[in-house]
Amino acid sequence: MRTLRFLLRKEFLQIFRDRLMVLQMIIMPLFQLLLLASAATFEVKSAKMYVVDRDHSSASRGLISRLQAGGRFVLAGASSSMSVADEEMLGRRAAVIVSIPADFERDLVRTHMAQVQLVMNAEDGATAGVTQSYAAQIIASYAREIGVSIAPAVREGPSIEVRSRGLYNAELNYRDYMVPGILVQLVTVVGTLLTAMNIVREKELGTLDQLSVTPLGTGVFIAAKLIPLWLIALLELSLGLLVARFVFHIPMRGNLLIVFGAAGLYLIAALGIGLFVSTLASTQQQAMFVTFFIVMIYLLMSGMFTPVRSMPVWAQWMAQLNPLKHFIEIMRAVLLKGAGVTDVLRPLAAISAFGAVVLTLAVRQYGRRIA
Amino acid sequence: MNRGALRAFVVKELRHILRDRQTLTILLLMPLVQVILFGFALRSDVRNVRVAFVDPAPDYATVALEARFRETTRFVVVSSGRTMSVVEPLFRRGDADVAVVFEPGFAEHLRGAEPARVLLVVDASDPNTGTVMQNYARAVIASYEQELPAPKGALRIATQTRMRFNPTLESVNLFVPGLIALVLTLVSALMTAISLSREKERGTMEVLLVSPLRPVQIIVGKVLPYLALAFANVVTALLAAWLVFHVPFRGSVLLLLAESIVYALVSLALGVLIAARTTSQRAAMLGAMLGTMLPSTLLSGMIFPIASMPGWLQPVTNVIPARWFIIIARGIMLKGVGLPNLWRETLILCAMAVVLMAASVRSFKPRLAS
Repeated sequence: MRTLRFLLRKEFLQIFRDRLMVLQMIIMPLFQLLLLASAATFEVKSAKMYVVDRDHSSASRGLISRLQAGGRFVLAGASSSMSVADEEMLGRRAAVIVSIPADFERDLVRTHMAQVQLVMNAEDGATAGVTQSYAAQIIASYAREIGVSIAPAVREGPSIEVRSRGLYNAELNYRDYMVPGILVQLVTVVGTLLTAMNIVREKELGTLDQLSVTPLGTGVFIAAKLIPLWLIALLELSLGLLVARFVFHIPMRGNLLIVFGAAGLYLIAALGIGLFVSTLASTQQQAMFVTFFIVMIYLLMSGMFTPVRSMPVWAQWMAQLNPLKHFIEIMRAVLLKGAGVTDVLRPLAAISAFGAVVLTLAVRQYGRRIA
Repeated sequence: MNRGALRAFVVKELRHILRDRQTLTILLLMPLVQVILFGFALRSDVRNVRVAFVDPAPDYATVALEARFRETTRFVVVSSGRTMSVVEPLFRRGDADVAVVFEPGFAEHLRGAEPARVLLVVDASDPNTGTVMQNYARAVIASYEQELPAPKGALRIATQTRMRFNPTLESVNLFVPGLIALVLTLVSALMTAISLSREKERGTMEVLLVSPLRPVQIIVGKVLPYLALAFANVVTALLAAWLVFHVPFRGSVLLLLAESIVYALVSLALGVLIAARTTSQRAAMLGAMLGTMLPSTLLSGMIFPIASMPGWLQPVTNVIPARWFIIIARGIMLKGVGLPNLWRETLILCAMAVVLMAASVRSFKPRLAS
């Protein structure tokens, strides 16, 4: 126990003496959090609209001004030539082309039915889909509205009124959803990368060999390496939560103790991965790349950016073995939904199991490498 | 002057890279794995929406609507009950995404003059998915409503939509150009910075300095092998995208490869610049991550559309080389446009390459002398 205490002191001194390390641990994650929280949004604010109006009627003009009214569509230009519009789209000056054929108004009055063509720049499929549904909604409501003036028919069929309520994030704020995930990412990168690099550096400098000929047990050495980083990662999480609370006003509906408890368990898994990588790598460069590779795959498959349930079945099974996915799930459930311990038992168990397995494997591998 | 020395230096550098099997494997595998992950696993469409019904007084209409939901492949019914209290824990545990709540006397209202009411409760913690799920549910209800005897005289404007450049809305088509940028940045900037600073850390840089090689030659020798590696990566990523996912190649492949080289030069110059300013591998790595990797993934429009970013952040993205390269790559691959449409972006990229290379060569010399 006494040796552990000395070793811990040495580790802490070593970490905090190194300005660069402190910078890497504190400034970079916070910088990343600020940047990511601002940049990471799929929210579609407004689309540049190019109008090809061949009808020039009050109905077509009404439709255009209706599209602009909500602020979702900004007029980028208008002409009566489709090829000009096409050129604008290729030059990225227009994202949507709204084409209104001649006789639009006449058709509406005579047959109660008219055509409008939308051409979307679908390079980014998701954005195009959302923009299109906005346009369709606006056009449909416009049709209902002018129906009253053009054909005041009595509405007599049955109708269903659908109302909707968004739970947990009523204003559909993307940031509220992303920030808990970003925090998990930061803690993971700091924990895994620093563990791997820290141990490999001792290897590179040759001090690991020196340590291995001292009477220190492997367990004590590993504990002395991991405990400071574990604490630092938790500190990191606290700082991140503070920023999330006071800069981004992320709701924290649940008990923060659950968050920290889960983080403590999760970090065992994250640091375990770092330890495992350190046994494989012989240079810091290698350690960094291997960690990067693993964390990247974990991150992409974690459901942070795209929902896990949209993935193919094999990927969903892979996601079950992904501690990041479970921790992100817990963070979101506790912070946004106010979930209690009983609600997150399943992911908690998964994290603990993963942590136990990874740490055992890593320690065994480490022992084998040193011996 | 001494061509032979430069060649020997490049060979030495290549051996360094080839000897480190682990890093090499990862470098070669990374683009492949990324393309495959992006292509198969990362889908922004929403499937298997779990729906719960709350039906206080079941009647023929609500039963018919429930059946509608069961018939679709998008929805999976997880529970059907009389009161809201069953649904709430489901939401909190994340076992349900949408609850469809009927009012009592739904069928009766449907026959009468008043509209029948349905409430959709959606888990909107993920706003995107929430909106999409809500739209799906509305579509199911609307299709049921349309089959009821229709109101007469209602006006309809039919919208015909054409999705250009990516009609099936595949996200892999969007990501592959960004991925190329990411791989190029990673290999060119990060690897070069680390490899140069390792020579510094180990003191071998001084050995190089007293050798007959000139600083420019050292830089060229360091940079050439990584340029080749980056090029190999681009080719593998493109081949994988093309063969496995049939990502379209509408424009000129040659132009794309040429632009890739320009972008790789920008990244390499950045890598050299970072290495010149730092003294240790870790500092170089930190600098490369902060200075190149982070902005190229987050601020380039690769994943998150620039138009969605807050106003103050959008001008910042102009100084990020990856942003321009991604516009070019997407333009060539998805839209099939050539230089007439992309000359501005190409010019910006070339200007960045020239400025950064000049800066990196300049900053390298005094550092070596000191």
